[in-house]
Amino acid sequence: MSNRINALNIESDTALAQWSWRGLMAIAAVVLLQLYSSVFDSYEIGIVVLTAVSLALLGQNWSGFRRHVIAVTVLSFIALWLYGQDLSLGETDFFLSYILASQSAFMWMSALFVMATVAYFSGLLMRSSFTEKVASGLTWSAATMGMIGLMVRWRESYLISHDVGHIPVSNLYEVFILFAIITALLYLFYERRYQTRSLGGFVLLVITAAVAFQLWYTFEKQAHEIQPLVPALQSYWMKIHVPANFVGYGAFAMAAMIGVAYLLKSWCQTARPQGLLANVLPELSMMDDLMYKSIALGFAFFTVATVLGALWAAEAWGGYWSWDPKETWALIVWLNYAAWLHMRMTKGWHGRPMAWWAVIGLFVTLFAFLGVNMFLSGLHSYGTL
Amino acid sequence: MPILNGLPSMSDDSRPQLPRHTLGQRIFHFLGSMDLAITLLLALAIASVIGTVLQQNQPYTDYLIKFGPFWFDVFESAGLYDVYSALWFLAILTLLVISTSTCVIRHTPSMIKDMWNLRTHVQEKSLRAMSHSHEWDVSSSVDDSVNKLATELSQQGFRVKQTAKEEGILISSMRGGMNRLGYIFTHVAIIVICLGGLLDSNLPLKFAEWQGRIKIETRDLATKDIPAISRLPVGSNAFRGSIHIPEGRSAEVAFLAMRDGYLVQELPFKLEVRDFRIEHYATGQPKSFETDLVLFDDELEQPLEVTISVNHPLFYKGYAIYQASFSDGGTGLSLEAWPLDSGAGNKPFSFETKVFENRQMHWGEESARLEVLSFRPFNINPDPKEGDPDNLRNFGPSFGFKLRSKTGEAREYLNYMLPVPRNGRDFYLSGVRSSQAEEFGYLYLPLDSEGGLTAFNQFLKRLYDLEIVESVAHQMMLETLASVEHKDDDLEQSLENSLISLVAMFMSGGFAEVATFIDTTLPEAERETLGPAYLSMLREMLARLYFSGFEQPESDADTEQQLTFLQDAVDAIGSFSRYGSPVYFSLTDFDHVEASGLQVTHAPGKSTVYLGCALLIIGVFLLFYLPQRRFWAIVKKKANGSNIVLAGMSNRNPREFDLFFEQISKQLKQVSGNS
Ligand code: HEM
Repeated sequence: MSNRINALNIESDTALAQWSWRGLMAIAAVVLLQLYSSVFDSYEIGIVVLTAVSLALLGQNWSGFRRHVIAVTVLSFIALWLYGQDLSLGETDFFLSYILASQSAFMWMSALFVMATVAYFSGLLMRSSFTEKVASGLTWSAATMGMIGLMVRWRESYLISHDVGHIPVSNLYEVFILFAIITALLYLFYERRYQTRSLGGFVLLVITAAVAFQLWYTFEKQAHEIQPLVPALQSYWMKIHVPANFVGYGAFAMAAMIGVAYLLKSWCQTARPQGLLANVLPELSMMDDLMYKSIALGFAFFTVATVLGALWAAEAWGGYWSWDPKETWALIVWLNYAAWLHMRMTKGWHGRPMAWWAVIGLFVTLFAFLGVNMFLSGLHSYGTL
Repeated sequence: MPILNGLPSMSDDSRPQLPRHTLGQRIFHFLGSMDLAITLLLALAIASVIGTVLQQNQPYTDYLIKFGPFWFDVFESAGLYDVYSALWFLAILTLLVISTSTCVIRHTPSMIKDMWNLRTHVQEKSLRAMSHSHEWDVSSSVDDSVNKLATELSQQGFRVKQTAKEEGILISSMRGGMNRLGYIFTHVAIIVICLGGLLDSNLPLKFAEWQGRIKIETRDLATKDIPAISRLPVGSNAFRGSIHIPEGRSAEVAFLAMRDGYLVQELPFKLEVRDFRIEHYATGQPKSFETDLVLFDDELEQPLEVTISVNHPLFYKGYAIYQASFSDGGTGLSLEAWPLDSGAGNKPFSFETKVFENRQMHWGEESARLEVLSFRPFNINPDPKEGDPDNLRNFGPSFGFKLRSKTGEAREYLNYMLPVPRNGRDFYLSGVRSSQAEEFGYLYLPLDSEGGLTAFNQFLKRLYDLEIVESVAHQMMLETLASVEHKDDDLEQSLENSLISLVAMFMSGGFAEVATFIDTTLPEAERETLGPAYLSMLREMLARLYFSGFEQPESDADTEQQLTFLQDAVDAIGSFSRYGSPVYFSLTDFDHVEASGLQVTHAPGKSTVYLGCALLIIGVFLLFYLPQRRFWAIVKKKANGSNIVLAGMSNRNPREFDLFFEQISKQLKQVSGNS
């Protein structure tokens, strides 16, 4: 009989591919839970299950993502195997020190992201779909290297000492990498859904900016050193609160960059209708739609992240809401996008004003993400510059 | 854009309004309007910014210094020091809640209807007019086609209903009706969260204060002396209070910080702190803060013993007890006061004190108030010797204190318990500064071969002993003038006096004072030659004073050691005037007592807020990811078979619906046997 047609109408992969993928994720989760049954508490079991389910869902119709997960897993295991129990191999072993040690992987990630940005723009301007395909490949590789870097860094923290070990989403340095990876994956998801690569350069521009900041931060402040966790951060909530937040940030950043492309195109259309940009960029209505999708996704995840943050705060600080600057800025970002969504859904606003608003939204988001840590002090002062 | 939605458009302005008659209706309309909603959302966002830019709930004096008296008053009356409970801020929030409620009240009935209603009243004409529609013929009978279509639609997850019409049979179907529930959930959630938050806010307290039922206490009183008007009885009210309990002690109340004072909240149980522990990483950063707590409640058969730590609070009867901070709980210190000044006697004496204890000290004719501020069991600092900031070393216990003179001036000191090596020799280290803003300057007291201060104290005693100084000066004068032929009494006397006064000057102000004396009294021409001569005479005097204390000549190696000791001692004495204390306190023993800083909260609105959060999340995902999609088909009898008109619509994501519609149509054509 017929396959049920999905609400999101993502084109389905073959049933075999889907089931083998789901099976693989289930097996991976079971093996992990078996292996660590003695150390995991119920929250950690929950997190493993949650991760397996979301990977299964994301990968079932997305072959690129499946390849990404497999590459990350295999290469991370190789790195762990190379490391053994000796952290110093990271500087002496050839493969580790040039490719797989977290610092090297991050350097690769940075270089690949910059190359991908250049490739996307050249592909766009030369109208070469081959170059654009290369750009997608570079983006995938960059995200993969970044993810490997995070995985390996996780292990490295345990190699420093067992009590120092923690998931690498605990300070500004680590979350910047997370931001780059998540934004890239979000973009790749929509690139496939909408069958257009012409927005890649724009989205990758924010990622490149993040990477540049990250490099400066590494060299200027030695921020890459793995630090032990302060007691307030030793919580399983961190493992879900931070990634959820960054799906939100990443989606908002993407919406803003699509907004930029939208504005460029709409100017070019009026100023020089035959100009290059007016022709190579996707239709306005499509960008408008994508912008909405992206903000909706960001809003949904940001809502989840803020609620998770409140739950965590209730456990660590003694109150689910303290009007701490970071919290308050999360609320500001959230209200801003709530207003955006209402404007669009119920007042039917479209086009340039909404694109402008999305761009401004990025600055509000940026302040919540970075500015608060730089300029304001509060309970959330872990990630200070 | 076509109207995708059977409902009247949500936007109030795009549909003609019925004439409004009453004021009530007008207000209702205004409150539920989208413009107001968006304005309020943005206003709330902007208002929130203020509270993050201006640090909230700081001591009022800080604001006064920062803004000056004029702006201080302006900002105060605008409630900017506690924006989030300022009236105008609460007014915006209230309006938002009212506006959302109005909106929910207005839209819910039609939303609920829309959730279930399959719309069986559509006409063939309107189906054809929809932007998504198809028409095709099949060879099967009407009933057969209807069955096939209905089955396929239900298989695709649609709810299906058939209605007989004049022209044929109408199939109405819908999927994703819960999208509407998403709207209701999201907006009800906002109301629920705000109400829950209201339950947990300090608004009732403010109201009680405004009515004069309670009064904020600003004085520093013992708990039992705090008047009843500043005490809150055990009840259902929400609060966030804090307590510091020293190890081995207990408490039955918590303190709520209010503006520039506090209130006392009584607790329905007693909390005792058995032990407080900090664990550290190898780098010295704290790894965990833990308290062994005992909770006493008459309703318990036996007291509850638990260990709480950061991120692991204790929940009991709707109260939550958190590890929030820690401080010293009055560590007992055994001190030895070594006189540095002639006025402070010449023997060390021992006494006991405690952290946070203040006492008036008397040394001979001198006195000062000793205020013990702090104690640290260890100090992990970069080792200055290594020049590498990552090379950390434990410098051992230290304690901080202030000495306040009669005039109220105070200097702050930081003394280390254990000797600190420097250039291969051991010293007692004491830091001093005259204000918080300064860095500490350090006094290094040299230890003798026994590892104590006795040798230094002996030397000091000799320096202050006028008889000894006179006899050493006399001896030195004689030896200096031995080779001089024409001695006269005047010369002898003046040399001897100079030597004595050089020592006196040194004792009162170090080499600096001697240098000032040289600069101010000697004629410029002689300064070049006489200046160095004076200084070497002083050094010689100091050395003679030192060595005259020993009876027997020692071995060369010992002499070497004594010379360095002398040098160190002279350096230390030279900096006395900057050190400014008549005594040096050496810490000989301590009994470490810590106090655990607990936060006790009672948040009766918490579960309401959490319920709201759950509704919000479910609602948002339903809204965004469960589009409501409707399909209709009219099946009519035709010569040899039947004719099908299919139409569909979705309430969001029109772009995705294009594809979806095509896919569903293809599927339906297939099953109905397209001809
Ligand atoms: C803090 C307050 C509010 C929040 C967080 C909120 C949130 C949302 C969200 C997330 C959506 C979905 C938007 C979309 O589908 O893209 C929405 C839709 C909507 N909101 Fe609100 N809202 C709030 C207040 C209000 C108020 C005060 C009104 C009434 C004037 C209102 C009326 C609506 C309407 C009519 C829709 C469209 C529903 C639909 O077409 O399915 N909202 N709201």
